[in-house]
Amino acid sequence: MTDTNLSNAVPKLSARGVDVFYGQKQAIKDVSIDIAMEHVTAFIGPSGCGKSTFLRTMNRMNDTVSSARVTGDIRLDGEDIYSPAMDVVQLRARVGMVFQKPNPFPKSIYENVAYGPRIHGLAASKGEMDGIVERSLTRAGLWNEVKDRLTDSGTALSGGQQQRLCIARAIAVDPEVILMDEPCSALDPIATAKIEELIHELRGRYAIAIVTHNMQQAARVSQRTAFFHLGTLVEYGRTSDIFTNPRQERTKDYITGRYG
Amino acid sequence: MHGVTLILLVLGFGGIGWMVARARAARFAKPATAADRPNSLPGQHGWHMAIWIAAPALLFLGIWSAVSPALVRDAVLSTPAAAGLPGPGFERSAILAEARSLALGNAYGAFNQQAEVLAPAYAAAQSRYDWIGTTLAILLAFAGGAFAFTRIRPDYRARTQVERAVMLALLVASLIAILTTLGIFLSLVIESWRFFRIVPVTDFLFGTNWSPQVIRSNDPGATLGAVPLFWGTFFIGAVIAMIVAIPFGLMSAVYLTQYAKPGVRKWMKPILEILAGVPTVVYGYFAALTVGPAIRDVAVMLGMPFASSESALAAGLVMGVMIIPFVSSMADDSIAAVPQSMRDGSLAMGATTSETIGKVLLPAALPGVVAGVLLAVSRAIGETMIVVMAASGAASITLNPFESATTVTKQIVDLLTGEAEFDSPKTLAAFALGLTLFAITFLLNVVALRVVKRYREAYE
Ligand SMILES: Nc1ncnc2c1ncn2[C@@H]1O[C@H](COP(=O)(O)OP(=O)(O)O)[C@@H](O)[C@H]1O
Ligand SMILES: [Mg+2]
Repeated sequence: MTDTNLSNAVPKLSARGVDVFYGQKQAIKDVSIDIAMEHVTAFIGPSGCGKSTFLRTMNRMNDTVSSARVTGDIRLDGEDIYSPAMDVVQLRARVGMVFQKPNPFPKSIYENVAYGPRIHGLAASKGEMDGIVERSLTRAGLWNEVKDRLTDSGTALSGGQQQRLCIARAIAVDPEVILMDEPCSALDPIATAKIEELIHELRGRYAIAIVTHNMQQAARVSQRTAFFHLGTLVEYGRTSDIFTNPRQERTKDYITGRYG
Repeated sequence: MHGVTLILLVLGFGGIGWMVARARAARFAKPATAADRPNSLPGQHGWHMAIWIAAPALLFLGIWSAVSPALVRDAVLSTPAAAGLPGPGFERSAILAEARSLALGNAYGAFNQQAEVLAPAYAAAQSRYDWIGTTLAILLAFAGGAFAFTRIRPDYRARTQVERAVMLALLVASLIAILTTLGIFLSLVIESWRFFRIVPVTDFLFGTNWSPQVIRSNDPGATLGAVPLFWGTFFIGAVIAMIVAIPFGLMSAVYLTQYAKPGVRKWMKPILEILAGVPTVVYGYFAALTVGPAIRDVAVMLGMPFASSESALAAGLVMGVMIIPFVSSMADDSIAAVPQSMRDGSLAMGATTSETIGKVLLPAALPGVVAGVLLAVSRAIGETMIVVMAASGAASITLNPFESATTVTKQIVDLLTGEAEFDSPKTLAAFALGLTLFAITFLLNVVALRVVKRYREAYE
């Protein structure tokens, strides 16, 4: 079976026996997995297999879908994120999310990045806020491109820049985990390469989980790969192992492109 | 022949033509190959024939009914019986009109002696022209029928011709609404122009004294200053009504789009829409009989012993309630048009639902909401029934909502319902007011629609 705890890394988020239902329909069946600090974990699998659904259990975005119901145990630093004591607002500050389609707010570039810090009250002064905005944009590799037009609308940027703005927005609140749901699927190859490079650079500070339908991308950016199929986690392991030496027949079929 | 009978006759001919052409086309030889197949179906030949019979004849009848009265009158005027008539003018028209009524049997005695003399001549001319019209119409129907009949051939494209006739009919139908609007607008402009020849535009637009009951003939502009009406309209429709409609409309839209469960939304939205369909006269009752007196009582309690029950507040409040569904539905649309990804993005940052609404959804939906409010204002200032029933007729410029105020629409009604000659400055003032109102609402609508359009483009 799958080795959920890959020995040499500290688990940041750990899921055990997670089921997700949309109404009567079960989308995730008994998934257990650890997401490690300073690692990029890729979720791969055919579309509709539940990658996004599972990703969204980790910051409780499924709460916004009225028909969704999550059972099982998901812990962030050992703390049950579905316990009534958990404050969703705090959780989402610690577990940031980047979406498939870039979704900057129709506000200025500056205000997009300052949005989270304002909500969570992270900056006491304009100067501090300026610092957070600059640092976040720099980390997202966007500062040099936008520093002279911070008041321009975020929606006026190119697709790739918008996605990096969304990454800057997510890291502005100092999260520990960053969830990315096919962050490059709406981008051209050059913008995709930039994001992949950025993920490399960000890895050292965060635990990153990325959903991708692009196997080369998973191989390029991740250290851990989880293969989902029909709502179950088929195989989880080192990316190099999964791609060169999968233990499950289904994983092998998928990786070699036998079905998709 | 009577008009309706004639129309039915022409339509009957058309029906016969339809059957004849259809039967004839049905007997075309069976085609040997697909390429020889007749271009059109028998039914299409039938319609082609029917249209050629009925359309020209009916068109002719329409034009004839417009020009024949003038022809009849000219014929009457050239008879010896008309020798003693006065020259062209009001009096002659009156006599002729009376003669016409007598001739057509609509009246049994005339006020004017000369009309009785003219009546037989009128009747004779009328019957002659009726006869000419009938003959021409029937001839046209037959000519059209004959033309179409020769076209009943397998290779004739009746299908295309019928299609063209359908398109033409649809075009005419859509032009009628536009032309009517244009006609109304033109008549407004013409009557207003006549008004502004008597009363200077500046007096009307900037004068602050509105008392149409006491117009001085040497200086009619002095008591026809419309500023109090503009103020009253603005105060009731754009201030008081909006103070009610904007917050409640917005909040109900936010609730319906963001908080309400699908089940709740399913019955609440239709109810709001039904509210928008309540006849305004019902709101008028409510304003005049319930809200007005209640507000007067409050005003008396507040130390205004002579407060009127026809206060600006009563009309404005009820108008605001009437507009709530309208604002709500516009705001609902614009909030729903903000992509779900914005909402998800904000929630994923840790924002609560209300923070997400306040900081992302409403700002993003703002252009649409503003456009909705502009349209709501344009509706409110054009609204008539509530103010006719609940607002006062006395014009005043006041900031006190407990005092009475009047509106443009209310004054238009008052000016036109009194008995006055059609040419007096008092009556003509109604048209000038109408034109002003038309211009303002038109402008509001144009601006609002442009804002909405730009807003739609932003999310496409
Ligand atoms: N909001 C929802 N309501 C109902 N069913 C959903 C919803 N979102 C996803 N699903 C279903 O859950 C399954 C997994 O979907 P998803 O997690 O989006 O898959 P993936 O991201 O791997 O393509 C699919 O069958 C999908 O139809
Ligand atoms: Mg997905």
